Amino acid sequence: MNGLFSPRMLRSLLPPLSLAVLLIAIFYLQPRTMSYFGLNLLLNLAIPIALATIAQMFVLCVNELDLSIGGFVSLVACITATWLYDTPLLGIAALIGLVAVYAALGALIHLRNLPSIVVTLGMSFVWLGLAVLVLPTPGGKAPEYIRTLMTLKPPGIPFPIIASVVIAIVVHILLMRSAWGTVLRGAGGNPRSLERAGWSLLRIKMIMFALAGFFGVLSGMALVGLTTSADANIALRYTLLSIAGVILGGGEFVGGRVSPIGAVIGAVTLALAGSFLSFLRLNPDWQIGAQGAILIIVLALRILISRTEAKR
Amino acid sequence: MTGVLHIFRQPWIWAWIGAVAVWLATATFTQGRGATEVLSAAMTFGAFFVIVALGQMFVITLGPGNVDLSIPACMTLAGTVAMKTMDGSAGMIPVGLLIALAIGAGVGAINYALIRMLRIPPIIATLSSSFIFQSAAIWWNRGLRVKPPEPLGDFTTAKIAGVPLIALLVMILAVAGHVLLTRTMYGRGVVAIGQNIRAAHLAGVKVERIRAATYIMCATLAGLCGYLLSAFSGGAALNMGEEYLLSSIAVVVIGGTSVAGGFANVPGLWGAALFLFLLVTMLNTFGAGAGVRLVLTGLIIIGVIVAASGGKRRT
Repeated sequence: MNGLFSPRMLRSLLPPLSLAVLLIAIFYLQPRTMSYFGLNLLLNLAIPIALATIAQMFVLCVNELDLSIGGFVSLVACITATWLYDTPLLGIAALIGLVAVYAALGALIHLRNLPSIVVTLGMSFVWLGLAVLVLPTPGGKAPEYIRTLMTLKPPGIPFPIIASVVIAIVVHILLMRSAWGTVLRGAGGNPRSLERAGWSLLRIKMIMFALAGFFGVLSGMALVGLTTSADANIALRYTLLSIAGVILGGGEFVGGRVSPIGAVIGAVTLALAGSFLSFLRLNPDWQIGAQGAILIIVLALRILISRTEAKR
Repeated sequence: MTGVLHIFRQPWIWAWIGAVAVWLATATFTQGRGATEVLSAAMTFGAFFVIVALGQMFVITLGPGNVDLSIPACMTLAGTVAMKTMDGSAGMIPVGLLIALAIGAGVGAINYALIRMLRIPPIIATLSSSFIFQSAAIWWNRGLRVKPPEPLGDFTTAKIAGVPLIALLVMILAVAGHVLLTRTMYGRGVVAIGQNIRAAHLAGVKVERIRAATYIMCATLAGLCGYLLSAFSGGAALNMGEEYLLSSIAVVVIGGTSVAGGFANVPGLWGAALFLFLLVTMLNTFGAGAGVRLVLTGLIIIGVIVAASGGKRRT
């Protein structure tokens, strides 16, 4: 009846609405960002963050948590800027190997019933250590084709917007609309019934972790394409950003309730939060704090909406 | 593991065995040279680990999803504000300590308020609040490094009969933590909540009061650690809490506390803290570079978890 303003609708509208509010505030504060060039600059770095957030989402979807994604993206960035540039074959082999390691981690966590927080915590040391070994001092060079892709200037719509939309839609179709995706999400919602129905939880966990690894690889490559060089600490903050992005986008911690479109929107919102503050001429010291504040405000709004929902 | 001595069934024994093995390996490599110095350093740095891990242990024991990720930010904030307030004057030492503890308690209260009022998982609550605390620390600090009052600095490096004073004090703190965990209504309540929150509630455990107390205690201990660590290292640095995020969780879990909650022990904290520090020292002694050291640390943490898990079935 009151379709548009029902709490359910409001809740799913919350992520895009918060992004819209933030964008309008930025446009108001700095009208020059409302141009092709301005949007490009504003949203560029959101692409790798969105990809890392999608990676985190796959892991969260099966009720696990990846505390190593930041270190992993850093390692991929280092490999992309060195091996993939100098000896492409070795680079590609290494990146495929990394995805395989992710799948193996999923298997290990499932088979031994290990807490994913601790395993990925350990892996964050491993990734960082490997990144330091691959690239001891900041440097390297982005392969030409990645650089070209990331600096594309399509007519009309800035590349970051196209990229974000494509990422969101592809993953949405893959995970939310396909029969295969429903099974994968079921592993987070009700693993026992899924197992009774004859699906292998082990295989699902491995697939989800491999997908996380794959999007982590994409994130690292995109990042190098933008920054043109890498260092071992380049993406460490992605761990926390990616978790925050998934939650901001409407994902839940348990039960396989995630939203790829929401996750991309959440990541873009977080990426924009920093720019918003600098346009406000607020002290740059508060940049990280603003991301925390935005997260808290959005979560508070979500609770308010849920409460009105419960009252009906 | 049938037929082994009772002690080998204790969950904390593996951390201690690991610590001793790593220390022996280091001592063998150097042919005994510097072995006691290494041990003394391990006790000092281990003491800092144990302070934060003690709080983290109570939090983790509350059950799945309970982790305090704001520990590093809380340490940094408490350390910087306390150092700046004391401004190197010896008379202000107690004031600085009170400020650090008060900041810790405040951080814990805010964390709990977010968890309770917004009903968000503790991981996200402490994560988002930590962003704000970290910013507050940056803003307050302004890149300055204020030296701690001299007597306080001396206090953190003092030794009694070769044993670091701070390690002795933290041992007393650990004993207090052990008593709190095993002999008080509060401690039994924490364990009960971790095992089955609903059953605990029905049995009359004041669930929310205990959860509040646990988050406040954890952050207060982090504040204390930030205060002592900045005194020890000649001033507060903005990144000083960084390694304590992962370490606090690693120490708790390697020490034999169940990451799923409901089972905890204090002796393991000391064993795991010593193990982690001695491990890094050993790799240093063997001449491993930063990269190799990180990789091996990570692999060993995972190895310990795999070995300790014993392949329990999923419940």
